[in-house]
Amino acid sequence: MDTPIIEFDRVSKIYSSGGGPITALHDVSLRIAAGEFVALIGPSGCGKSTLMRLIGDLEQPSGGSVRVKSKTPEQARRDRDYGIVFQAPVLYDWRTVSRNVELPLEIMGRPKEQRRERALSLLRLVGLGDFADAYPHQLSGGMQQRAAIARALSFEPSILLMDEPFGALDEITRERMQLELLNIWSGANPRPTVIFVTHSIPEAVFLADRVVVMSPRPGRVQRVIPVDLSRPRTYETREDPRFFALVTEVRECLRTAE
Amino acid sequence: MRATTIRQQISTPARVGGWLRAFWPPLLTFLLVIGLWEAAVRGLSIPLYLLPAPSQIVATFMERPGYLLRIGLATLSNALAGCAIGCTLGALVAALCVRWPIAADGIVPLAVAASAVPIIALAPLMGIWLGSISPASKIGVVAVMTFFPTLVSVYRGLISPRADALLLMRSYAAPPRDVFTRLRAPAALPFFFSALRVCTTLSMIGAVVAEFFGGPQNALGVYIKTQAGILRTREAWSAILVACLLGLAFYLLVLVAERIAMPWRKEQ
Ligand SMILES: Nc1ncnc2c1ncn2[C@@H]1O[C@H](COP(=O)(O)OP(=O)(O)O)[C@@H](O)[C@H]1O
Ligand SMILES: [Mg+2]
Repeated sequence: MDTPIIEFDRVSKIYSSGGGPITALHDVSLRIAAGEFVALIGPSGCGKSTLMRLIGDLEQPSGGSVRVKSKTPEQARRDRDYGIVFQAPVLYDWRTVSRNVELPLEIMGRPKEQRRERALSLLRLVGLGDFADAYPHQLSGGMQQRAAIARALSFEPSILLMDEPFGALDEITRERMQLELLNIWSGANPRPTVIFVTHSIPEAVFLADRVVVMSPRPGRVQRVIPVDLSRPRTYETREDPRFFALVTEVRECLRTAE
Repeated sequence: MRATTIRQQISTPARVGGWLRAFWPPLLTFLLVIGLWEAAVRGLSIPLYLLPAPSQIVATFMERPGYLLRIGLATLSNALAGCAIGCTLGALVAALCVRWPIAADGIVPLAVAASAVPIIALAPLMGIWLGSISPASKIGVVAVMTFFPTLVSVYRGLISPRADALLLMRSYAAPPRDVFTRLRAPAALPFFFSALRVCTTLSMIGAVVAEFFGGPQNALGVYIKTQAGILRTREAWSAILVACLLGLAFYLLVLVAERIAMPWRKEQ
């Protein structure tokens, strides 16, 4: 692998809580290449969110080192290298959809016309062109999550951190959103690196270049499974025998991880 | 379909219909109560000094509406000034509490307790401190009464954003000023306005009651107390009527301001 954009070297994370210390991550080493789409999968509580938060400087490691673009995660955050999407859309309900998308650009001091233009083109990209001036509560859950993705993309971050972004959506919406996300990702130039947390096995296989399977108590990387399905991925990809084989492989791996 | 058209389609008739539905039942109840009151006073021949009929109260008001409204406005302006001071200071201290959490630990629980205390009892003391005739003592009572509930409510609003919303700001490397103006303050607006609604009522009560303990001749509270003292019940009631009307007007003003300040809540 050429110089990785994200590098975990023997990272551990211990939370101190009321009931004593909790080891959320133990001895995790991982390298992620620029432009890669990586899915993190594992049972809940195995430290997926923690791993993502360590990359994004939303938590600090207890041991080992995390480097992002050869910088500390904090420096990368200050350089605005991260776009984040959570499971909940977290739109600000006092802002219209387009002004939600503009929010990071406002904070980063971009000129007004440029912000608006960027927001509108992103909203068209995620299929919300007609809802720019609506308020979030007028949108369905799937539409809100699309707006959240547009907001994360607005300032063209080089790394996209997504923590179960489709976890609250129904299966049909979810499959459509996966396809849309891949279209947006492969259409971007340069492609952002995506860290995508999920506990859906088919979702991980469908989206990712590599699936990182994690095991619980303490959270470790069980195995990294490369996904050799061709791109662009389509609805037919899910019917490919290779897709099933990979899904089975991830499932087996998760089972032995218990 | 465009979002705006959807919004218009749903809301215009629905809003008018909803408004009518919301408006009629209390109006009918109000008229019924007034009717019963009128009938009771006439039917039971209740003496005038005990309880005048609504029609008599209105007639008394109509004898000198200009004077009553003028003294009403004098009292209302004390209420407004006190409310403005109390709410502004309350919101400011709430903002300081968010900036310095150590201050919040000390101040907020006390403010919660103070909101439950009958601060109106301070009125006679305010007279001693700020002059019983001067408007300053009335404004002072109202300011203290409205300060604590506003502080508590705005503080709750400022700390209401969820962890994810704050983490987003962190991921943008947003400076504290942006976190405040673009997240905490707008999140606190609904809390501020619900405090303000309570405070309009509190401040009208505060201003009138404070005048019971002294004030200039041309003030609602003084007038009510004097007239009641010499058993001129009709005159006292006509001033109470003015107090009610002005209090309602103040409240409606806040409701309108609330709608203008928070357009996103219109259709919720
Ligand atoms: N802020 C925290 N304080 C204490 N314990 C935490 C905190 N965040 C996560 N944990 C614990 O760390 C472990 C991993 O959590 P998390 O990374 O959220 O897992 P996942 O996202 O895979 O469900 C869990 O046992 C969780 O209870
Ligand atoms: Mg999680």
